[in-house]
Amino acid sequence: MMLQRKNGLRAVAAGALVVSGLLALTACGSDDNSGSSGGDASKQAGNIKCEGKGSLLASGSSAQKNAMDLWVRNYTAACGDTQVNYKATGSGAGIQEFLQGKTAFAGSDSALKPEEVTASKEVCTDSQAIDIPMVGGPIAVGFHVGDLDKLTLDAETLAKIFDSKITNWNDEAIKKLNPGAKLPDLKIQPFHRSDESGTTDNFTKYLKAAAPSAWPHEPGKAWEAKGGQAADGSAGVSSQVKQVNGAISYFELSYATSGSIPTVDLKTGAAAPVQATTENASKAISEAKIVGKGKDLALQLAYDTKAEGAYPITLVTYEIACEKGNKADTLQATKSFLTYLASEDGQSVLKERGYAALPPEIATKVRETVTALS
Amino acid sequence: MSETTPQHENPPPPDGIRTTGADAPGDLPRAPLAEARGTGRIGDKIFLGLSRGAGVTLLVIMAAIAGFLAIRASHALSANEGNFLTTFTWDANANPPVFGIAVLLFGTVVSSIIAMALAVPIAIAIALFITHYAPRRLSGPIAYVIDLLAAIPSIVYGLWGGLFLVPHLEGLYKWLDDYLGWTKIFAYHDGAARSLFTVGILLAIMILPIITSVSREVFRQVPRMHEEAALALGATRWEVIRMSVLPFGRSGVISASMLGLGRALGETMAVATVLSPSWDIVPSVLDAGGGTFAQNIASSFKEASGDMGKDALIASGLVLFVITLVVNGAARLVIARRKEYSGANA
Repeated sequence: MMLQRKNGLRAVAAGALVVSGLLALTACGSDDNSGSSGGDASKQAGNIKCEGKGSLLASGSSAQKNAMDLWVRNYTAACGDTQVNYKATGSGAGIQEFLQGKTAFAGSDSALKPEEVTASKEVCTDSQAIDIPMVGGPIAVGFHVGDLDKLTLDAETLAKIFDSKITNWNDEAIKKLNPGAKLPDLKIQPFHRSDESGTTDNFTKYLKAAAPSAWPHEPGKAWEAKGGQAADGSAGVSSQVKQVNGAISYFELSYATSGSIPTVDLKTGAAAPVQATTENASKAISEAKIVGKGKDLALQLAYDTKAEGAYPITLVTYEIACEKGNKADTLQATKSFLTYLASEDGQSVLKERGYAALPPEIATKVRETVTALS
Repeated sequence: MSETTPQHENPPPPDGIRTTGADAPGDLPRAPLAEARGTGRIGDKIFLGLSRGAGVTLLVIMAAIAGFLAIRASHALSANEGNFLTTFTWDANANPPVFGIAVLLFGTVVSSIIAMALAVPIAIAIALFITHYAPRRLSGPIAYVIDLLAAIPSIVYGLWGGLFLVPHLEGLYKWLDDYLGWTKIFAYHDGAARSLFTVGILLAIMILPIITSVSREVFRQVPRMHEEAALALGATRWEVIRMSVLPFGRSGVISASMLGLGRALGETMAVATVLSPSWDIVPSVLDAGGGTFAQNIASSFKEASGDMGKDALIASGLVLFVITLVVNGAARLVIARRKEYSGANA
C-alpha cells in the first residue's frame, strides 16, 4: 500500500518535470490523500534537487516538528530514494544525539552553547558544528475572556499579568489599552509550560527585553516566576486556554489557529498594535542581528523592536550540522534536503502551518552556508 | 515436565532457591526436594536449573537497577549545590546544578494518601458486595467491568481527567471550601482545579480495580465453615463479615492496597496531564500546584541537559524506589504480625 502510494507520487513528480502543463490534472487525478496541499507537494517536487540515497536521520526541537513534517512529505514525494526521519525529541536530546554522531543534523530552538561547539569537534572531522536558522514563527498570546475576541496589551501589562501582579481582567491597565472593550470582573489565570521549552525561553526573553522593570525574573527554558498554573506542552497550555474562562497563555501561532483561540495584539510603540501573524513575525526577524562567527548564523532577535508591523515575540529554530566533516554517507542527502528547506519553495510553504518564512537577507546567507557544507 | 509431577510433591520454584545448600536436612516438607535432587533424572535437573536461574536472574536485575540508580544518583548528588531534601527548586540543567525533592516528596505522599483514602474503602465495599451480597448473575459482570478498568492506559485516564474531571470538580471544590475552608487544607481560591486532590481522585480511580480484584479473591477464600459457624451463632450478615471475612482477609487486603499504592506512587502520564506543577508547597490540597516524582521526571526528561540534568532526575527516581521498598517492607511487617491470628497463610 505504502509502496504503491509512493510510486504514485513519484510518477506525479516525474510528470511535473516532463509536462508541467498537465500538472494540475495529474495531481487531481492521483489518489493523493494529503488534502488541499497535495497540489503544493507536486508543485515543489519540480524544484527539488535530489541527491544522495538512503535514510537521513535527524532529531530535535518539537517547535519545528510541523514544518519538518510538511517538508519531509514534500521532499520524499520528489526524492523517493531518500527517507528523511525527523524525531521531535526536544532540542536538548536532539543536540546530544547529534554530538554522539547518531544523526545527520539536529533541530534546536536555541543556538549552540560554547561547550556544545567544543564537543562537536569530535563528530565534525577537523571542524565544528554551526547554527543554520531555518524556521521562524510567532509566539501568540492566546486568551479566553468570555467571548471577547480582540485584546491589545503591551509588554509591561503582559509581564505583570504573567507575574501575577495584575490579577483581574477589569484592571485599569488593561482597560486603558482597550477602550470600549467589555472587560468582565474575572480572575486572570495565566498558564505557563511545565516542561522546559524554547517557547518559554523566547517568551521570557521578550518580557525581559521589552519590559525589564516589570519582569524581574531570569529568562530561560524553565519558567522562573511564581503564581499561575502550568501545563505540559503547547498542546497542554492551549487546551487549557480553550477550556478555562479567564485564562491566558503563550504558544506557537498554529495552536491558536487550529484551536480558534483569539490572540493578543501587541502595542510595541509602533503606530498601530501588531497582530500575531506570520508576515509580522518575518518582519521582526529581519530586524535580528547575526551574531554567529564565520559560517555560524546564530541570530540575536530584536525583542524590543518598534518597527512598523513587526511582531516581536518570535521564535527562530535552527538546524545544526557540521560546517565541514559531515558524515560522508549522508552528506549529499543532508545538503540536498537543507537546500530545499532554505529555498523559496521550502520557505513559502511554511505559512500554511503557522510558521514565518525567513526574511530575504537572512535566507540568502542561509543558502550560501548550506551550499558550502562539506 | 508434567511426567515427573505425580511422583514427587512438586515444590514451588522459589523454594528451590531458598534451600540451596543450606537446609537440606531437617523439616519434613522439604524432604521430597532433597530426594528429587538425588534421583538424578535429567528432567529434574533441567527444571531445577531453570527455576533457580529464573530466581537468580530476578535478583540480578533488581541489583543492577539499584546499582545503576545509585551510581548515577551519586554523581548528581555530589554536584548538587542545594540541599537535596530541602531545596524548593529544580535547576538541574544549570551549572552548577541546584535541585531538591522537597516539593516532589510532599506531592507524591499527599496525592497517594488521598488516593488510598478514597480507593481502599470503596474497593473493599465493592469486593464484599461481589462476594457476599450480589446475586451470582450480577457479580460476574460487575467483576468483569472492574477488571476492565485496569486495562485502560494511564494516558487515557489523564486525558479524561484533564478534559472532563477538572472542569467538573470546581463545583465540588467550592462546596468543600465553604464548609471546610477554615482548615486551610481544603481552602480553594478559584482557578482550574488541577491540584493534588484532583490527582488523588484520578489515582483512586486508577488503583480501584487492582485493590478490588485482589480483595475479591481473598474474600472468596474465607473458609465456608467460618462463616457458617458465625451464622450458627446467630450473627447477621454484617456480623459474619465483621467477625469472619474481614479478619481472615485483612492481610490480603493490605497486600492489595500495597499493589495499588505502588501504582499510585509511580503513576506518570496521568499526573503530568492533570496536575499544574509548581515548585512550592501549596498549603491547600485543592489549589493548583505541587508535583510528584514521576510527573517531574516525565516533564523534565525531554529537555534534561548539561552534565547533571538526567542524573538529577535519576536521583529523584532512586528516592521513589526507596520509598516503594520502605512501604512494601512496612506492609510485610504488618501482614506478618496479623498472620498468626487471622489464620490466613495464603
